[in-house]
Amino acid sequence: MTIQNGTRSTVFKIVASAVAAVSLVAIAAPAGAAGGGGKAPRSGGFSFEGPFGTFDQAQLQRGYKVYREVCAACHGMDLMSFRNLGQPGGPFYDSHFKGGPADNPYVRVLAAEVQVPDIDSETGESIMRPATPADRFPNPYPNATAAAGANGGAAPPDLSVMAKARAGGADYIYSLLSGYVPAPEGLQMAPGQYYNPYMPGDLSPFWTGDPDHVPKGGFIAMPNPLADGQVTYDDGSPQTVDQYSKDVAAFIAWASDPHATERKRTGMGVLAFLFIFAGLTYASYRRIWKGIAH
Amino acid sequence: MSDHESTYVPKTGIEKWLDTRLPIVRFGADYMSLPTPRNLNYWYTFGGILMLCLVIQIVTGIVLAMHYVPNTEMAFASVERIMRDVNGGWLIRYVHANGASMFFIAVYLHMLRGLYYGSYKAPREIIWILGCIIFFLMIATAFLGYVLPWGQMSFWGAEVITNLIGAVPVVGEPLLIWLRGGPAIDNATLNRFFSLHYLLPFVIFGVVVLHLWALHTAGQNNPTGILIPKERTAKDTLPFHPYFTVKDGFAIILFLILFALFVFYMPNALGHADNSIPANPLVTPAHIVPEWYMLPFYAILRAIPDKFGGVLAMFGAIGVLFVIPWLDTSRVRSMRYRPTMKVFFLIFLVVCFGLGWCGAQLPDAQVVPGMPSFMLLDGQLNSYLWLTRLLTAYYFAFFLIIMPWVGLKETPLPVPHSISEPVLDGGIPEQKA
Repeated sequence: MTIQNGTRSTVFKIVASAVAAVSLVAIAAPAGAAGGGGKAPRSGGFSFEGPFGTFDQAQLQRGYKVYREVCAACHGMDLMSFRNLGQPGGPFYDSHFKGGPADNPYVRVLAAEVQVPDIDSETGESIMRPATPADRFPNPYPNATAAAGANGGAAPPDLSVMAKARAGGADYIYSLLSGYVPAPEGLQMAPGQYYNPYMPGDLSPFWTGDPDHVPKGGFIAMPNPLADGQVTYDDGSPQTVDQYSKDVAAFIAWASDPHATERKRTGMGVLAFLFIFAGLTYASYRRIWKGIAH
Repeated sequence: MSDHESTYVPKTGIEKWLDTRLPIVRFGADYMSLPTPRNLNYWYTFGGILMLCLVIQIVTGIVLAMHYVPNTEMAFASVERIMRDVNGGWLIRYVHANGASMFFIAVYLHMLRGLYYGSYKAPREIIWILGCIIFFLMIATAFLGYVLPWGQMSFWGAEVITNLIGAVPVVGEPLLIWLRGGPAIDNATLNRFFSLHYLLPFVIFGVVVLHLWALHTAGQNNPTGILIPKERTAKDTLPFHPYFTVKDGFAIILFLILFALFVFYMPNALGHADNSIPANPLVTPAHIVPEWYMLPFYAILRAIPDKFGGVLAMFGAIGVLFVIPWLDTSRVRSMRYRPTMKVFFLIFLVVCFGLGWCGAQLPDAQVVPGMPSFMLLDGQLNSYLWLTRLLTAYYFAFFLIIMPWVGLKETPLPVPHSISEPVLDGGIPEQKA
């Protein structure tokens, strides 16, 4: 065995170790795949996908508008504050305003458009006042019981981290919102239930048709929330259900992981450093072990 | 190497003063000059990698604990606050969450390496047993930590695992209440789990110190598995530094690249979407699954029809590791010279992956979709239930039957007298270390 051969076998061993590590991880993947018979989500073709993807700020702004005008009627985003809209990477971030989100006039106006509950500091009485950037998004219901009571027993889920809380993420949200179709013939529907092919579930107990062709999808308590032309866009984007769904899915994806862009950018630096460090260390290794049989 | 003589000579006045009072510099210097088998391959770098994993988990964990609130009403939101509002919080939390998976990748490879090269055999039984204790503590710590974010999988995972204790005959029920701090999983449970999750890593650290102490007393194993004869020490070993610091260092950096890929580009790939839903005791998730590193043991638990039997099998799967040094009857350590055992080992490897796969599937689901099958006792033959049982049987048979039996029956290949013999056979002139 020559030293050259030794090096080659060393490299082989490193590769073998890496392959072993990766395959250990690969086995973990099915852990995330929970059961359920929903259709596989369609791709929203989002700008933030992939290691270099970033959020499209105009899309986030439109998405916020859809959330505020449509979704917010029933869904809270308890983890979000108005200031988040103006933080770096957010829908209304503008480096022009040095004082941070609270200095951002868009954020202040958007906050002031929403009324939030408070206590009058003089009298202690419950009042409503316009929100400030420091306020959280108000929840449409006073409590979870009220939310469930107003919606036939199913409380509308909070949307703050919805893109992380559903398999498929933003693609799933987009597919679900734009995927409402009439229930197939032969599906027994309960009152207050709607059919959506992307909703996870098992419809076989409610299916009276061919048992080998149970429709994909599940029941959802939310009726189709969007209609063409429902929200006015000022930037000329198409005012369609498909576009609304994409935009609000992008907004929720950002809200679920607001530091995603910063994370990916940091990762580039970290990986570049590690690759250079690995190269230098390997060179040192070769030099130190030069002529040493092992 | 226990008989490694100290070569440290204190040079400055302060070093001499310190050396007669607390020879800590001597300790470090001796560690660095430790004679290390020269043929250690990259599978031997996981010890160093694991040390780094432990330190990363402790350091990030301490920072997370500064911001985390162990209260059922606030835990979920406090973790999200770390992700959103704490400076660099997203990085610290993603490192900690993915760090657990990285820790287990490294520990499994470390254990398989020990199994393959016979690192558990005399005189290294104590090293192996301490390692098994560390592994068990790691599982406990990871389980406790997974409960803290108080998501749906946190809560229901805790429900399933603590319920196992209730399966213990007679004392199960009071034990369960004592463990949970009440009749159900609630604030008391979360508080004690947080306390113990903070405690156990330091216990692990203590056992790691013992693990290393035992290692340096009995001496490191090596891929040939032979004990280095005293007169060959100079030829067969190299000082730990710089030869193995640079080799371990290179391996650690490669490992960190894998780590960084997960943290920065797929931070939630190893988690479950349901854990981003706040815990709700009234809504059971469709499919409760543990983290990937527990899946093989979870599969073994579900393979046994009786609940307490399942618990015994699951703990037995870890417990059997403790007695491996006495189950292996072979006189040869390394499987490099045990061609028959090597085949059984490779099957064992496939079985472990298979158990992990089965642990993530629904037991009733078909393994081969559409294949005709029949009922065997309590389940279809073509189901993950029976595949899991088959794999579980091999898992235990590997240790309890194959290991003692093959050790007695097989004819191992000739084992070299020293490390430098096989290494230098190939025509390289003998080098001075």
